[in-house]
Amino acid sequence: MAQDETGRDLGRHERYRGEFPIVVEGLTNAFGEQVVHEDLDLKVRRGEILGVVGGSGTGKSVLMRSIIGLQHPTAGEIRVFGRSITDSDPEDDIGIRNRWGVLFQGGALFSTLTVGENVEVPLKQFYPEIEPDLRHEIARYKVMLSGLPEEAVNKYPSELSGGMKKRAGLARALALDPELLFLDEPTAGLDPIGAAAFDRLTRELKETLGLTVFLITHDLDTLHEICDRVAVIADKKVIAVDTVPKLMELDHPWIQEYFNGPRGRAALTAQALDELRKHMDEPVAAHAVKALDKANMNKDKA
Amino acid sequence: MGGFAEYELVEGDNGGTALVLSGPYLVSTIGTIDQDLRDLEGPLATIDLSAITEIDTVGAWMARRLAHDHGAEITGASERAERLIGALKDARTDEDLSAPRLPVWERVPQAMGDKVFAARHGVYGVLGFLGALLISSASLLRHPRRFRVLALVRQLELVGVTALPIIGLMSFLIGIVIAQQGAVQLAQFGAETLTVNLVGRITLRELGVLMTAIMVAGRSGSAFAAQIGTMRLTEEVDAMQTIGISPMEALVVPRILAAVLMMPLLGFYSAGVAIVGGAVVGQFMLGIPFWTFLMRIQEVVPLHDLWVGLIKAPVFGLIVALAGCYHGMQVKGNSEDVGLRTTMAVVTGIFAVIVIDAFFAVFFTEVGWG
Repeated sequence: MAQDETGRDLGRHERYRGEFPIVVEGLTNAFGEQVVHEDLDLKVRRGEILGVVGGSGTGKSVLMRSIIGLQHPTAGEIRVFGRSITDSDPEDDIGIRNRWGVLFQGGALFSTLTVGENVEVPLKQFYPEIEPDLRHEIARYKVMLSGLPEEAVNKYPSELSGGMKKRAGLARALALDPELLFLDEPTAGLDPIGAAAFDRLTRELKETLGLTVFLITHDLDTLHEICDRVAVIADKKVIAVDTVPKLMELDHPWIQEYFNGPRGRAALTAQALDELRKHMDEPVAAHAVKALDKANMNKDKA
Repeated sequence: MGGFAEYELVEGDNGGTALVLSGPYLVSTIGTIDQDLRDLEGPLATIDLSAITEIDTVGAWMARRLAHDHGAEITGASERAERLIGALKDARTDEDLSAPRLPVWERVPQAMGDKVFAARHGVYGVLGFLGALLISSASLLRHPRRFRVLALVRQLELVGVTALPIIGLMSFLIGIVIAQQGAVQLAQFGAETLTVNLVGRITLRELGVLMTAIMVAGRSGSAFAAQIGTMRLTEEVDAMQTIGISPMEALVVPRILAAVLMMPLLGFYSAGVAIVGGAVVGQFMLGIPFWTFLMRIQEVVPLHDLWVGLIKAPVFGLIVALAGCYHGMQVKGNSEDVGLRTTMAVVTGIFAVIVIDAFFAVFFTEVGWG
């Protein structure tokens, strides 16, 4: 029983089956004299959470904006789902804009719309044939999937806390069931509990929905807990892409300072404690970790 | 990977009806089939998902809803489908998406009541603001070293000097219009020469200052509201207070003083340019030589007309700047509020200027400066 007698093209898409949904090659971004990226290469694997780290002003957000087509690169080639982003304007329909979701730093919710209506915007834009009933239902369960309470759907962004705004932004990013999710510092400005919850949510959603996640972060806990690989931007390039333990062995001054500085060590300790907790009871675990940490410190001094 | 989202009803062996879904069940394909599935007549025993080629949360939601509505059992779900349906199992759907709204008969009176209530607050607020302004002005008089000369000069430039071209052009055109239109009417009595009286008196007494006040409200009143409002949003005003700088002294006093000082000058300038505009019309349309027109102004315009204009001007300046600064300081919450307050600053500023102008008109006529 074919349902669409008119036989019009429904704009279906298959899920991307290739290995690298995002490929950046030789990317150069310059603003006047100031060169942000020079000959930058990056490949993101399907189904991974790729963390992107780098000092302030190293162009993490510029990289993301380049990949989603908001920033036209000076030179280089960017392919998302195998299609080139670089030769098109942001408004052009190149058939992939409905396959990614973006969570901007501040949430970037439309302030005149409620959370639910915010989630509906991309649905209306890309799939006007979806009936209002179904659209409302989709918006409601997306809001729930992002871990917001049910009552939040008819609240305006100004009535939400910072953490809730991020979740509402995530709900909108997930509105079209994207395969690719861009998160720009999702845990910045959240309290540690909220940040940990958001990390867990990201991980869960990635596993349930089969997402590929491009995640810009400063949060060392996020890197340790949920990122499959981490790309380090320094000296206008991606200097390394690897798992955190392997990165820590690299002999680059910035990487060493970042991961083995006091904060990096604290995050590592916390993770070690988590691991140990699974095998022994709490006080013993804490003691063991402290001892380990001290031993490391002494080794550094010596 | 083929086709559309499709469905089929199959009579099962054990009496129940099975709904077999096939094809891709995605957000992009489901729009056309949703209504049909919604209208399905039950009862259904099972929903078979085994022929589904692709599924996302929308498809999963659809399957879950059908199962829920018909009390059917889901079979043949792929691992992914099962995971998605599992993630959605707690979703409920009774909350309305748009913000709750009262019915019209309650909403309108409530809005009116709120407005009236807020108006009282507004009056208190403005009076309080004026009081705070007077207090900080007084304290500045006692401690003149705290006065910010540089800020004042900057505002004088922004309010006054940079407004000269636009106010000049506007006044010139107004002068031309008054002279030309006035001449047409006065010609019916053969009194074209009275055009000089008309242009001279109306611009010096009323229009020069009034139009200037409206222009300053649009240019500077709005700028005051937007600047101070943005500074409130970015917590600059709070930062000032913690450092011990009074925002009233640093932000409000220079702006208001600038408007009060500049308005008489701008008003006089405006009237002067308008008279020149009238004289140009006189030269080319009425046969009154340019210089004769200007000489006649001296004779026909009583000096108190000039005073009326010059007395009104600083008051208008005060009102316009007060409206701008007051609304700027009232900004709170989000950037939307800045826009709202800027609009309010201009509207209330111009409105108050026109109301006060009416009072002045009656007052000056009563005291014999008619």
